[in-house]
Amino acid sequence: MHTKAFWPTPRRLGYHMNWIGLIAATVVCFWALVAVIGPMLSPYPPGEIVDFDYYGPISAKLWMGSDYLGRDIFSRVLMGARYTVGISLAAVCLACISGVVLGMTAAVVGGWLDTGLSRFLDALNSIPSKLFGLVMVAAIGSSIPVLIVLLGVIYTPGAYRFARALAVNINTMDFVTVARARGERTGYLVTREILPNITGPVLADLGLRFVFIVLLLSGLSFLGLGVQPPNADWGSLVRENIGGLPFGAPAVLMPSLAIASLTISVNLLIDNLPVKIRDRSE
Amino acid sequence: MNPQIVRLVLGRLGVALVTLLIVSFVVFAATQMLPGDVVEILLGQAATPEAVAGLREAMHLNDPAFLQYGRWLIGLAQGDLGMSYANNLPVAGMIGGRLANTLMLAAVTAAVAVPVALFLGITTAMHRGSVYDRIVTTGIVAVISVPEFMIATLAVLVFAVWLKWLPALSFANDVTSLAEMLRVFAMPVITLCCVISAQMIRMTRAAVIDALTMPYVEMALLKGASRRRMVMRHALPNAIGPIVNAVALSLSYLLGGVIIVETIFNYPGIAKLMVDAVATRDLPLIQTCAMIFCLGYLTLITLADIIAILSNPKLRK
Repeated sequence: MHTKAFWPTPRRLGYHMNWIGLIAATVVCFWALVAVIGPMLSPYPPGEIVDFDYYGPISAKLWMGSDYLGRDIFSRVLMGARYTVGISLAAVCLACISGVVLGMTAAVVGGWLDTGLSRFLDALNSIPSKLFGLVMVAAIGSSIPVLIVLLGVIYTPGAYRFARALAVNINTMDFVTVARARGERTGYLVTREILPNITGPVLADLGLRFVFIVLLLSGLSFLGLGVQPPNADWGSLVRENIGGLPFGAPAVLMPSLAIASLTISVNLLIDNLPVKIRDRSE
Repeated sequence: MNPQIVRLVLGRLGVALVTLLIVSFVVFAATQMLPGDVVEILLGQAATPEAVAGLREAMHLNDPAFLQYGRWLIGLAQGDLGMSYANNLPVAGMIGGRLANTLMLAAVTAAVAVPVALFLGITTAMHRGSVYDRIVTTGIVAVISVPEFMIATLAVLVFAVWLKWLPALSFANDVTSLAEMLRVFAMPVITLCCVISAQMIRMTRAAVIDALTMPYVEMALLKGASRRRMVMRHALPNAIGPIVNAVALSLSYLLGGVIIVETIFNYPGIAKLMVDAVATRDLPLIQTCAMIFCLGYLTLITLADIIAILSNPKLRK
């Protein structure tokens, strides 16, 4: 029977988080939840015109005012969460999985594969992300699957660089040398020896990259090149309602606030992650 | 000069050139992915097959892709930028004046942002951990984590809607006096300054803090130098290299900012031209704009690297 003194609380295990991190985590979880069940909560169908007044103020009937056609902004923000969070999450997973797999393999195999891959991805990395997005959208259009793959490809080089740097450090450890001497294959080395030792930092990096992707996606949508009508993510909502800016309409403020609350929270959450998760490599 | 430095700098320039080639290849390949035939877009649905075949021949579209790529690259190097699909004007003429507009915007922004950012970066590093430092660093996190268009909309809200100091939208076409020019430039410059100085403050602060941990700074502290003297005379000269590197790197953030800012404020620059070209799928224009942007970006980051190499005291004789 455990006495109270030996009970493994988060603090004793090194997973303690300060209050800023906890608040940030709450906001992130809130938006994740909204992305999943948001449309069930919305008071009106997001595409329906419910008010004769456009750029209407905040009222008891319309919690966040109405947009340029008199649609309910609250419902549209709830719907937009699905696109912003969903597309970004899919893209960041794509970027990190391909980046980490390539990075670990390059570090373990070394030689010409490492050099060639690093040079090529560094070259891709030196195309500014917004410009790359613009050119690709011009070339292949912007349906949602295209956007996901595009954002994933744009952020793969960064994830590769990060994972490779971590994996190179682990690769020099004695236990990897031992595994190599045992005659283990590359696949085993990568999945069993390297991966478990870089998971924490890679997850933190995934969070930061998620913010970059949300920002780029919103930027593209704001330019009218991201999510296309009738669907709308938060960036498109700002674009649609930019005409209300001179009157300070809530229709343009609310989607902006939604983006800011998500990205700032993710950044704060990563900054305040428990040391044990974030700095495991150091 | 140290031969090792020469070798490193030449190597960096070589990498930049190879990168530019790869970039040009990516840009060209992307425009080849366009679904549908360019000629049919140009001539419209009613074109006869003979007309389509004739134009294809005239535009060398039947050649293998690598030949077209080579021809495009050589044309680009010679300043022959092709004709716009949308209005059949030479691309070079459309870009000329607008490039000057964008460069002017960038120059004004840099002239305002660099001194402010250096001042804030150095003073926050001097008073690290103070309330002032914490306010500035929190502000930086906030600016870095929101999209550029939000900073622009916020600037409009504050300066045009609430304070009513400036017009909400600006047009640089009808500038007649200095006061008007200031009014037109104010909002885009404020927005861009926020975007790039956040990065610059962060990196400058890190560079100075890094220099402050050196043993010779501790020595200066122990011999009784004031905090100001410690930073200005001992730490700063050694942090100049990293700081200039940081400035060049942050200036490359101008690029992402300029695309958004020119669109939102209707500024007649090259980025607005490119966004419009993307909407009409005007490929020669997109290709040229993309290459100009990548050239500017690569120049800045290569410059940053070369400064870092030149300022590294370990490489000095």
